[in-house]
Amino acid sequence: MTAVGTTGAGAFLARHEGLRARLPGAHLPWVTALREASAEAFRAQGFPTRRVEAWKYTDLAAVNGTVFGEPLTGVDDALTLPATTNPRAVFVDGRFRADLSTLEGLAYTVESLAAVLPTLEGRLGAVARPAEQALAALNGMLFEDGLVVTVPAGVAGGVLELLSFATVSERAPAYHPRHLVQLEDGASLTLIETASGPAAARYLHNPVFEIEVAAKARLNHGRLQQEGLDAFFLSTVYARVAEGGAYDNFTLNAGGRLARNEIHVALQGPKAECHMNGVQLVADGQHADTTTALDHAAPDCASRQTYKTVLAGRSRGVFQGKILVRKIAQKTDGYQMNQALLLSPEAEIDSKPQLEIYADDVKCSHGATVGELDADNLFFLRSRGIPLDQAKAILVEAFLTEAVEAVADEDIRNALSTAVTGWWQRQGVAGGIEVA
Amino acid sequence: MLKIENLHATVDGKPILKGLSLSIAPGEIHAIMGPNGSGKSTLSYVLAGREGYEVTEGSVTFMGQDLLAMEPEERAVAGVFLAFQAPVELPGVGNANFLRTALNAVRRAKGEAEVDAIQFLKLARARMKVLNMPDDMLKRPVNVGFSGGEKKRNEMLQMAMLSPKLALLDETDSGLDIDALKMVADTVNSLRGPDFSALVITHYQRLLNHIVPDHVHVLSAGRIIRSGGPELAQELEATGYAASVAAA
Repeated sequence: MTAVGTTGAGAFLARHEGLRARLPGAHLPWVTALREASAEAFRAQGFPTRRVEAWKYTDLAAVNGTVFGEPLTGVDDALTLPATTNPRAVFVDGRFRADLSTLEGLAYTVESLAAVLPTLEGRLGAVARPAEQALAALNGMLFEDGLVVTVPAGVAGGVLELLSFATVSERAPAYHPRHLVQLEDGASLTLIETASGPAAARYLHNPVFEIEVAAKARLNHGRLQQEGLDAFFLSTVYARVAEGGAYDNFTLNAGGRLARNEIHVALQGPKAECHMNGVQLVADGQHADTTTALDHAAPDCASRQTYKTVLAGRSRGVFQGKILVRKIAQKTDGYQMNQALLLSPEAEIDSKPQLEIYADDVKCSHGATVGELDADNLFFLRSRGIPLDQAKAILVEAFLTEAVEAVADEDIRNALSTAVTGWWQRQGVAGGIEVA
Repeated sequence: MLKIENLHATVDGKPILKGLSLSIAPGEIHAIMGPNGSGKSTLSYVLAGREGYEVTEGSVTFMGQDLLAMEPEERAVAGVFLAFQAPVELPGVGNANFLRTALNAVRRAKGEAEVDAIQFLKLARARMKVLNMPDDMLKRPVNVGFSGGEKKRNEMLQMAMLSPKLALLDETDSGLDIDALKMVADTVNSLRGPDFSALVITHYQRLLNHIVPDHVHVLSAGRIIRSGGPELAQELEATGYAASVAAA
């Protein structure tokens, strides 16, 4: 039996109380004010229950009932970094590790949030909305580090990798990194983020992104969520896009016992664009949730969303997608499609598309499908000698193709395809199609 | 190589095959003709192992093995190939990748070395040239946007690449123009030899002008009611099935 006060929102609030004087930026009034406001918002909301509309299909009871310990200080002996030629920023247990990162000679700046916190007044907290999202409030109250990326006007930043590792722990650490990404006028960047951890460790990864894409800038944001299978991944991305800018988000939501990929994008200048695509691979015992909110707040903007969820075993998937078209946002072109493939009779998907349109001259559509693997297609592949498991893998890959092909950036597409193959291997499937 | 004895099969509980017996020796080509609803397609699906076709009585032995106990993929790697009447389309599955995966599955089962992408393309292109298929059909998703004729060409490409011991052609000629018909016949004829047998299922005699069978059987109401040589096909074309059905 757990003692009262060691779990749930109360435990995190108590933690903030206890650490108040020691958290990064404690000596800066504006940071303290931001933390206090976040604490207030978290106190008011707690961990949302399923009675809260935005959390109707995702139950945080398991998070609420876990006793979380201190974040670690980096027991990372077992850490093996994948080979890459790209610049990369590495986080271990929520903290930036300069010694593991490769960031020399960049035409833009990549910094640790803890290191440059005094310079971030007015920028940190500019896009996040802790009063509306409890997890962002929790993050605002307890963040210790994060990545700060600033790409100056006109600079083509190329590819940057962001690697987040959790290490083995008995203590169920919780960490709340706050990442800030800012692209100035006409700048561009491909940010490929990988989050992973040991298979059997329980931890909470609660990252918040604040992304600002200025006029005619473009951010390709690829996210590969491959946390350990006992982890909680609760992520909130906020992005705002100015005139003629573009934000592309692709998320693979594949790891974790409970994973929520929540994205809020506001198109705030004319002719801004947003593509949000994603794949959720959900295996036995997992719960994966993608929740998107797209705010068309300027005319002539376009948005495209394609999400595909594959569910195996006893698993649960959620897709919620809201498109808000404000009165001023005439000539909006919005499209949203979400499709689910159920590989087992015990898998479940909840799907909730939502359009809220106040402008009168818009093109907006959405669609949703739920299905199983087609028996005729499976028989065709098997009749050509392809074993059942491999035939299934081929058809699942085919199902995902549309969402993957919608990704404009080749680096992200390749990283994704590797991750999908890895997922299949973990399911004990020999592999999908051979590439000719 | 194939021995079907007293085969009874039902679909959705409805009896379709009612005591069908047939033997095919190595190197032989047999044709099965019959009116619509006589059980022709059911026979090919039962032999290939499609779900939903329940065998209630009888046996099928292929190369000494109990064919009915094998999974569809086991039958395929053992050498059974079904050319579909209406091949499925597979969006998102590249034709080349599909073919190579199938080819290597069959080669693995035979204990042969797998082919890499370069070897595969060489093999496939050589076959495609003979079949008069444009190279880009390898790059497209399997059968997606293919015309009826192109789909059948693709079936023949798969057959030629997988070099089966027994080909089941399920009304492969339906809806084909004369050029495509000849292509199907040429592919079958090119494989003809002591290790290749075929069961050509057709409604019309037309295809049998180009693939001359060793034996022709008439299927009616789930049983073979007549058997003969190639001349039987011509007789049926002239007199129709009704006379044979009435006589049986």
